[in-house]
Amino acid sequence: MSPRERAARDPLGFIDERLSTNRPLRKALRYVFPDHWSFMLGEVALYAFLILVATGIFLALFFEPSLATRTYQGPFVALRGHEVSAAYASTLAISSTVPAGLLIRQTHHWAADVFAVAIVLHLVRVFFTGAFRKPRELNYLVGVTMLMLAVLEGFLGYSLVDDLLSGMGLAIAYGVAMSVPVIGGDAAHLIWGGEFPGADAIQSRLYIGHVFLLPGLLGALIAAHLAMVVRQRHTQFRGPLRKEDNVIGTPMWPGYALRSIALLLLVAAVLFALGGLVQINPVWQWGPYEPWQGTNGAQPDWYLGWLIGALRLMPNLEIVIGDWTLVPNPFFGGVLFPSIVFGVLYSWPWVEQRFLTGDFARHDLLDRPRDNPRRTAVGAAFFAWVVTVFAAGAADRAFLSVGIRYETQVWLFRIGVFVVPLLVYLIAGRIARELRDTDEHPWRGHNAEDVRRTEDGGFASLEP
Amino acid sequence: MKRLLRALVVVLLFWRRDRGGEGDLPVEEGGPEEGRPIRRDVGARPRAEGLVAALLVASAAASVALVVVLFTGAGTQWLGLTLGLAFGLLGAALALAASALVPREQAIEERPGLAHPEAQPPVEERLRSPREGVSRRRLLGAAGAVAGTSLAAAVAAPLTSLGPAVGNSIVDTPWRRGRRLVGEDGRPLLAEDVPSTSFVTAFPEGADRRELGSPVVVVREDPATLRLPRERRDWAPEGILAYSKICTHAGCALALYRRPLYEPTSEPPGIACPCHYSVFDPRTGGTVMAGPAGRELPQLPLEIGPGRELLAGGGFSGPIGPSWWAVRHT
Repeated sequence: MSPRERAARDPLGFIDERLSTNRPLRKALRYVFPDHWSFMLGEVALYAFLILVATGIFLALFFEPSLATRTYQGPFVALRGHEVSAAYASTLAISSTVPAGLLIRQTHHWAADVFAVAIVLHLVRVFFTGAFRKPRELNYLVGVTMLMLAVLEGFLGYSLVDDLLSGMGLAIAYGVAMSVPVIGGDAAHLIWGGEFPGADAIQSRLYIGHVFLLPGLLGALIAAHLAMVVRQRHTQFRGPLRKEDNVIGTPMWPGYALRSIALLLLVAAVLFALGGLVQINPVWQWGPYEPWQGTNGAQPDWYLGWLIGALRLMPNLEIVIGDWTLVPNPFFGGVLFPSIVFGVLYSWPWVEQRFLTGDFARHDLLDRPRDNPRRTAVGAAFFAWVVTVFAAGAADRAFLSVGIRYETQVWLFRIGVFVVPLLVYLIAGRIARELRDTDEHPWRGHNAEDVRRTEDGGFASLEP
Repeated sequence: MKRLLRALVVVLLFWRRDRGGEGDLPVEEGGPEEGRPIRRDVGARPRAEGLVAALLVASAAASVALVVVLFTGAGTQWLGLTLGLAFGLLGAALALAASALVPREQAIEERPGLAHPEAQPPVEERLRSPREGVSRRRLLGAAGAVAGTSLAAAVAAPLTSLGPAVGNSIVDTPWRRGRRLVGEDGRPLLAEDVPSTSFVTAFPEGADRRELGSPVVVVREDPATLRLPRERRDWAPEGILAYSKICTHAGCALALYRRPLYEPTSEPPGIACPCHYSVFDPRTGGTVMAGPAGRELPQLPLEIGPGRELLAGGGFSGPIGPSWWAVRHT
């Protein structure tokens, strides 16, 4: 038998003789994944990221990251003869003349929205089940960081196009950057290369951030996230035979691998179907950006809704000494609010240890939300606070669809940001305590059966 | 479509059947390898095999259809539909295979311990080993810290070439006394061009329109209703007023003008920003009526030239655009 035949007949041996793979492979194929639907949320985020990278590479082959202007002569009749940037023109070309270009562009945009949704839901799951507790605090920090980077990455992505909507977003980002006390003015001028709309180099800076720095960072953090999971093994809910020191579930091969690849394919299916069938960000309708132009009803992608809500809700307070501004208004909604939100998220494992539970032990079995009613109540109040601010960002759309006066809504929301979290705190805590004490399922009701020990040592049901 | 629905039902059925019962079986003595099964269910379900094969073939058909659609130049909707089906059918096939064809296993695995306190003293000793025989440790440590921070600062210094300091770039605008206002079409703006029902965007003649200090919004109000500050009494000839078009909140362009239809009942006029709905009062010199803006809108003094054209009477009443640390607050 020639060596080539041997390699063909025994590929595992071929690789093992060179890279010593058989032992780790044997272990990896039996690696156990606990079964629960909520453990899939992180996987959905991972797979959305893969779709983002794949579609993003395709887009990068056609997109021109340049603000050099040219006269548009393409198929969008309303724009013909207008001076537009190369960035905008190439996006229009991707959306019209490049075969499958619009499909890939819209899928990329949808995937970004789904990526952020999946991360947030995954965070909510991790929070309310106490999965962030020792020994997983570091991995939790990596996860929260990825959420922040995902929001930033999405913002850079739609800012690249240089359409009217993206230009308005950049103007707000510039205003928020300017508002940081002491360093804001100079920092904004450094980032934009001068006064807004900035030097042409701003396009190169957004581009390198969007296609290289942030995706690279996200990729590295995803690798670290997964490596830490493998090191510690997965958490699992309580159940028969399940203990702190074991993991029970489906082994990697064949069951889990097949199921997980199926999830990847289904995520891809949904995203491509959305990209083909549901229009998103039709930039040819917005037109090119000029700093003196704006459009009404402008809304960002959903993951920035909480920031526009905060900017709109903040009363027109500026901190001033004499004639000089110390803290401009956008600082409160655009910098302070997200800093508080991420500050709470980052510090939560230690805040909970120190003030809520006093529990410094290792935990590999998950809590159900009812098992720790105080965490559930505080967490629900916190998320309700952010959601209220988020909803305030859509008050202008609510005015158009429901007709409640915008100014009235703003005042309702200003009261709501204090009242809603308080109510949610009380209600969520009450529900969690009740469920804990009765051990009922929220909607399936009483789950267990009451039994009585009989004289001969057996059990008899107490149910009539 | 019918087949698709049936596949869905079968998937759901198998899904449910696979649940429950786990842990009913006693733990068997496993082999030496990790992840020993505590429950193992072998044997493909014959009907599922056929269904998986059908799904795989259907996925292949959708892939072929995608290529056909791409080369016949049919619309994006068809591309999305075929590609979505190709992925979706393949995913359904694998999901079904995972739950009905391959061995269905529940396995148990030991969770590795994490801490190794017994290994800590040797590690610490090893980490301390470079200090052996070095006596002036604090001096070297301090010098090393100085070298490190200095190098970091030196390496970061080129970042300053990214852009200029904020300086007066925003306070300086192209507006000078006597400079003509031109409309979006580039022609000089006449007093008669400003309607009382809408607003007009104007720029300084010959200036860079993209500069934030350039664009102004021009409106016409009834001179009798104006309540401008005393020193701006002459800034609005015939009730024509000009304000910076850049919102003092976050730098968006003001794009909404609220014109009262019948003053006794409707709201007074207001210039609004579509980003965060700051509203400025054109009659009182751009004071904030509503919204988050913290500074009033800078006003541009106007004059009417001999040919009825609008001229700037000087620079803005205050710094334009979003606020920053130490900007003058007027």
